[in-house]
Amino acid sequence: MRSWLFTLVCIAVGAITYAVMRGVHSEYLFVAGYVVLEFVVLATAWNILGGYCGYVNFGSAAFFALGAYTTIFFHKAYPLPIPLLIALSAVVSGIAGLGMGYLTLRLRGAFFSIATLALAVVLQTLVVNWDYVGGSRGAYVIRPQALSAFGLTIPYVEYLFLLMLALVVIAITTARLIERSRLGFGFATIRDDELAAEASGVPTLRLKLIATTLSGALMGMAGAPFPYYIGYLQPASAFGLEYAVNSIAMPMIGGTGSWIGPLVGALLLGTIQQVATVTISSAVNLLIVGLLLVAFVIIAPNGLVGFVTQRLRAREP
Amino acid sequence: MAEPLLQVDQVGKRFGGFVALDGINLAVAPGERLGLIGPNGSGKSTLVNCICGALHNESGSVRFDGQAIDGMAAHQRTILGLARSFQLPRPFHSLSVAENLHVPLLYAVRARFGSHLSAREINDHCIEYLRLVGLDAKAHKRPRDLTQVEMRKLELARAIAAEPKLLIADESMAGLSHSEVEDILKLLVRLNERGITIILIEHIMSAVMSFSQRLVVLVSGKKIADGDPAEVVRNPEVEKAYLG
Amino acid sequence: MDFPLELLINAVIAGVLLGGFYIAVTVGISIAFGMLDIVNIAHPAFIILGSYIAYIVNAQTGLDPILAGVLMMPVFYVLGAAVYQVYYLSFERRGQEALRGLAFFFGILFITEVGLVLVFGVDYRYVEASYVGPALHFAFIDLPYRLLIPCILSLVMLGVLDLFLSRTFLGRAIKAVSQDQGALALMAANPIRIKRIAFGISIATTALAGAFLIIIQPVEPSVGREYIGRVFAIAVLGGLGSLPGTVIGAMLLGIVESITATFYGPSWAPAVAFGFLLLTLAFRPSGLLGR
Ligand SMILES: Nc1ncnc2c1ncn2[C@@H]1O[C@H](COP(=O)(O)OP(=O)(O)OP(=O)(O)O)[C@@H](O)[C@H]1O
Ligand SMILES: [Mg+2]
Repeated sequence: MRSWLFTLVCIAVGAITYAVMRGVHSEYLFVAGYVVLEFVVLATAWNILGGYCGYVNFGSAAFFALGAYTTIFFHKAYPLPIPLLIALSAVVSGIAGLGMGYLTLRLRGAFFSIATLALAVVLQTLVVNWDYVGGSRGAYVIRPQALSAFGLTIPYVEYLFLLMLALVVIAITTARLIERSRLGFGFATIRDDELAAEASGVPTLRLKLIATTLSGALMGMAGAPFPYYIGYLQPASAFGLEYAVNSIAMPMIGGTGSWIGPLVGALLLGTIQQVATVTISSAVNLLIVGLLLVAFVIIAPNGLVGFVTQRLRAREP
Repeated sequence: MAEPLLQVDQVGKRFGGFVALDGINLAVAPGERLGLIGPNGSGKSTLVNCICGALHNESGSVRFDGQAIDGMAAHQRTILGLARSFQLPRPFHSLSVAENLHVPLLYAVRARFGSHLSAREINDHCIEYLRLVGLDAKAHKRPRDLTQVEMRKLELARAIAAEPKLLIADESMAGLSHSEVEDILKLLVRLNERGITIILIEHIMSAVMSFSQRLVVLVSGKKIADGDPAEVVRNPEVEKAYLG
Repeated sequence: MDFPLELLINAVIAGVLLGGFYIAVTVGISIAFGMLDIVNIAHPAFIILGSYIAYIVNAQTGLDPILAGVLMMPVFYVLGAAVYQVYYLSFERRGQEALRGLAFFFGILFITEVGLVLVFGVDYRYVEASYVGPALHFAFIDLPYRLLIPCILSLVMLGVLDLFLSRTFLGRAIKAVSQDQGALALMAANPIRIKRIAFGISIATTALAGAFLIIIQPVEPSVGREYIGRVFAIAVLGGLGSLPGTVIGAMLLGIVESITATFYGPSWAPAVAFGFLLLTLAFRPSGLLGR
């Protein structure tokens, strides 16, 4: 499928999703749906670096929080519309990703992963000690009740949901575009064998930096609307462990090979968690994610998508 | 000799306290067919790694095609026209055999100054190189499904697909049958006739002797002989290194 | 801000004592990451597990927490050996340790933390022992026993491990695993078995380190996260796999952290370790002693 056609299909699917959800007349559906979509963006972003290049980022929460705090910063300094804040967050988190990559990607892969763990804690400490963005107490964002544009009025939650839906389309088309391009080839060679990749002319460091920047930027974009969604942003919620674990678990469970895996994983796990948070406790629900992650990496290393395609292939004569 | 294509000057490399290369000097003329031999662990692959940028030599310098390439990243050297095959094949496992060759075509050949390969030409080149090594029937297989011998052919084909000026083949023939060795030799000679300079590293002496115009011998990280193959093998020092 | 000398000296001494304890925390990672090349980011989770076990034993039976830690070492050894077996079969053998192996340890880290939260909640837990409160005093210098005793015992543990690694056949085989598979073959040792034993030892050290931790400070499940940065900062700073390097790295981090906490407040302390780690990775990835 051509890329523009694929984008159109994505937009159409998004529009239908929205139309169906409106039909249900439940604000809760949008509140929960927002979180699921947010995880789709995070999982897709993580997979660009993790699944395509084979570099594990444990610091998704840091990039997400950078996006959220960019919003807080401008909310105080100079209020801007959210789409613009999303773009700014992409720049800030993208630069953070580039810097991270530049500092550690020349080393062994494991060092990069360890450094991403460190980044989350360093940033959290900085934010906790930075009073302008609320410090450890957190910061309030006054959210309007509704948004009016072009003569239409929609509840603000729906507006946020639509924004996240747009980010999902952006993330997925970006991921698919990469897969089909020269860049995708290059990423695959990095994941398979960096020495051989260099010997074949692949500029591995530059490609890895592209991946960390793109991945970081997308995560920051996912975080930008978050303060408006939650209304009161604390460092502990912006840097929550659930972002780090989910952005790893979702692609791993769905399958890291293509854009479908993170999407499937995030929709599935995100929905389960939304249901479980209401019915059971949120700690139990995180425990489930952790257990699923470990079970899947051991039993189904290619995720659900890999499992299904293997089954289909086996059935062929 | 005209300006050498490759000039290795006093190159030294250590691993911890172990001296793997000790002041190696080597010049390779454009169009030459050079054989490089030496007992196991004598430093042949290490020399290749230093020339191609997979390892960084602590001392000495390397010039390629009239330009110092010390400190240059490995991929830039490949783009300049320096390709190598790995002694232990390192295919890209998640790509098909054909896609393995697309990588150097997309990243090395296309990045070269003045090169305008279309997607179609890339495909044609890829098929041509697969045919050269006799892997055209396996184009859509994964490297895991290949035999060891086919894996070596793929390794060689991927180096050829970088369309280099200098090709270094590091033991591409180990484990091949007699007729397969002949096929690969013929292929290398044909490439050489197209103007590609070739360094062949090999343990099969008959192959080295029939291929090489000049023979270099490494022993314990030192070059102990360099010259006409027939003379070099009669060199008492070389005989001693191989027999004693 | 002025730096009163007495405060500074006390901060440095507290840092040295803290550094001693950090040796116990890190020595396992120096073995697992430095010698076996296993990036066990769940190491701190095992330490916290050790703390909670020391807490339970202490609260139920009144047994000394350190003694409890020592008694738990064989159990943790078996746990570690079992974890390695799973890791080997599922990842190392398939060559997937880079992506899935890391995710596996991350999952273990996460499950342990959340599991502890579910069982014990997020309240801080502490142990009772005669040496938790008092301190030795020399002039203006304070030497709290709760820091002094873990420090000394950590050094003892390090000494024992060092002797084991350099003097016994098994120890030398463990060192060889990281450097030279060929030498290992000459010693007729099975590398998988050697690695399993070494990883078991690495986890066994966390039983004791966990007991030390809960003597030094009250513990809740997420404390482990702070230690991720610490253990890797020290291990990398010390030049992976080098025990003397580990000592230097641990002391250095202990002192810097202690001075920071004394003069700038404890809220900056976590960033010190992680900042150290980032700087080391960026500028000195082969460690302080490395070339
Ligand atoms: N990365 C490395 N670290 C430590 N020692 C190394 C490394 N690479 C090679 N060596 C050592 O350097 C020496 C030379 O190795 P090299 O692979 O260059 O030999 P070779 O001539 O290619 O041998 P062979 O004919 O077996 O391929 C050997 O003793 C080897 O053990
Ligand atoms: Mg060799």
